[in-house]
Amino acid sequence: MDSKSLIGTYNKKGQKIVDPDYLFFEAPRERHFMTGSEVVREAIKRANVDVSIAYPITPQSEAAAMVGDLYVEGYVGEYFRGENEFAVMSECAGASFGGARVFTTTSGPGTLRAYENFPMWVGSRLPIMLNMMVRGVNSPLSIQPDTLEIGLIIDTGMLIWHAESAQEFFDFLLKGFLVAEEPDVHLPIAVCIDGFFVSHTKDDVLIPSADFVIPPYNPYRNPMPAMDMESPPVRMMRDPFVMKSNYISYATQASWQQETRAACERSRKHTIRLLGGLIEEDNSDAEILIVSSGTAVAQGREAKRLLAEEGIKVGIVKIKTIRPFPYEEVRQATKNAKIIFVPEFNVAGWMAREIKSTIPDNHRVIAGPHVAGGMTMPPEVIVTEIKKVLAKKKETVHG
Amino acid sequence: MRKRVNLRMSGLGGQGVVTSAHVLATAASKEGKFAISNPFFGAEKRMAPAESYVRMAEEKIYDRGELVYPDVIMVFHPQVITMGKCYTMPFYEGIKPGGLLIINSDEPLPLEKDDIRFLEEQNIPIFYIPATTLAVEIAGTELATNMGMLGALMGATKIVGLDAMELAIEDRFGKKYVASGGTATLDEAIKKKFAKKAQLLKKNMDTIRRVYDLGAEWAETLKTPMLV
Repeated sequence: MDSKSLIGTYNKKGQKIVDPDYLFFEAPRERHFMTGSEVVREAIKRANVDVSIAYPITPQSEAAAMVGDLYVEGYVGEYFRGENEFAVMSECAGASFGGARVFTTTSGPGTLRAYENFPMWVGSRLPIMLNMMVRGVNSPLSIQPDTLEIGLIIDTGMLIWHAESAQEFFDFLLKGFLVAEEPDVHLPIAVCIDGFFVSHTKDDVLIPSADFVIPPYNPYRNPMPAMDMESPPVRMMRDPFVMKSNYISYATQASWQQETRAACERSRKHTIRLLGGLIEEDNSDAEILIVSSGTAVAQGREAKRLLAEEGIKVGIVKIKTIRPFPYEEVRQATKNAKIIFVPEFNVAGWMAREIKSTIPDNHRVIAGPHVAGGMTMPPEVIVTEIKKVLAKKKETVHG
Repeated sequence: MRKRVNLRMSGLGGQGVVTSAHVLATAASKEGKFAISNPFFGAEKRMAPAESYVRMAEEKIYDRGELVYPDVIMVFHPQVITMGKCYTMPFYEGIKPGGLLIINSDEPLPLEKDDIRFLEEQNIPIFYIPATTLAVEIAGTELATNMGMLGALMGATKIVGLDAMELAIEDRFGKKYVASGGTATLDEAIKKKFAKKAQLLKKNMDTIRRVYDLGAEWAETLKTPMLV
């Protein structure tokens, strides 16, 4: 059964199932002014979600509560509150194993509590949609945004997308289901936003009618055999032979794990088509570039405007997909840059590390400015950092 | 009016500081302006510091998060100043020259000499408005303090019009709204106070209109224009 054959029919709620391309690119859209939490409600309303499981933690609680409203209204098939975040993510796995389209939300300490499940989802090839509204996880504790959380899930094997604005968030949520569920991908996806700066911020969003939904998940497109005690990966866990270092276990682990990484890479072609590329460039042939993801880019855009007033030209490269990482795109976009600034909302500077390990002549990368623990990054801070570095360069040249 | 106006609202948890920012930004959006609003607070508590921000412009705004360089600061409770219940110290930290300060207080507060000198030098007028007293008088509840503050701002600056504000108020209070636990509790409290939603909307608008006029009167007394 092909889910495309359902196009033109109606779901239980009476919404018309349309070609996703129609919903994404052609359907008329209306302008709304809403918070990121409300964006979740609007996206999930149009997503034919079978199961959603929630657990409260700031800043994702409002969004999770609104998905509960959608369940009451009949837009979501099943919804309940899990016992804790670990339980939620395990229950999501169960629902996804059962062939459901699954959506859940998490933040900061909740993400870390549930962590064990994420690589397990990947290995089990479960196309679960996880919305991460990132916040501080360190002590001193903060409920405000901090992207360390994204850096911590970077090698789980999930697809990881990072939205800058409410509009991008809406589009990423819907398109994410499509890419994650492709048979040659079939992996969980984390659609990340910066908590509060997107989740609690009211912004303009263009949204198509809620009379339309994307086609439901079609479990028959799952490339995996049914998960039972006789098939991998469950069988591997049951049988002691794979726990030992022998040829069979080596071959099993290597092929299985490399295949999940390869599946993540294969998501590129679908993602490029739907998102219009893995990166977005603005004046990227400038000698000074700001490269980052999420709202650090938004702050960079304001810094670009402030610097232009002083005659300093700056370009922007926004990275939309953290995994798969747009290696070639970043190399191309930064090839003319003399200095590359990477502003980040975390203390580790993981994005700067990613870029340094990607491009030639990586001494060009300035890892900063950084703020952490939920602190704000006014554009003026980026401007000051850029001017400070430029002044130093001048000193070196002349002195 | 400046091409881009940044507003910082400093108050105490429970006063409707976050709600005011969202309502004001919604009104600006209804008028076709670009706007962004967001709150900033710690774990929720009544009477603990809470802040919210509105950015408004004729051009697209990317900037978000805590607002460090405001054009306008609105102080919703005297304790923000007198007890330092504020994320910035002093409370006007970062304000741009030629800006505006609106303070909810029945009488002028005993500001430090240095503070008064700084504000004068930066050409920042202070508009004292007894928003809570007026809210109790007009709406019959101090929960309408935030409406009074919005009225004061709108009257003094004409930053958004009353018609757009009415639409924004209808948007926020006229239909189901999902918010955090604390906000939901306060929403319930005020809905109980006003037997009907229509009455709640009317009392809010009454408060805004009355204080709007007071704001407009105050602005006329200024010798130099603000926010230019």
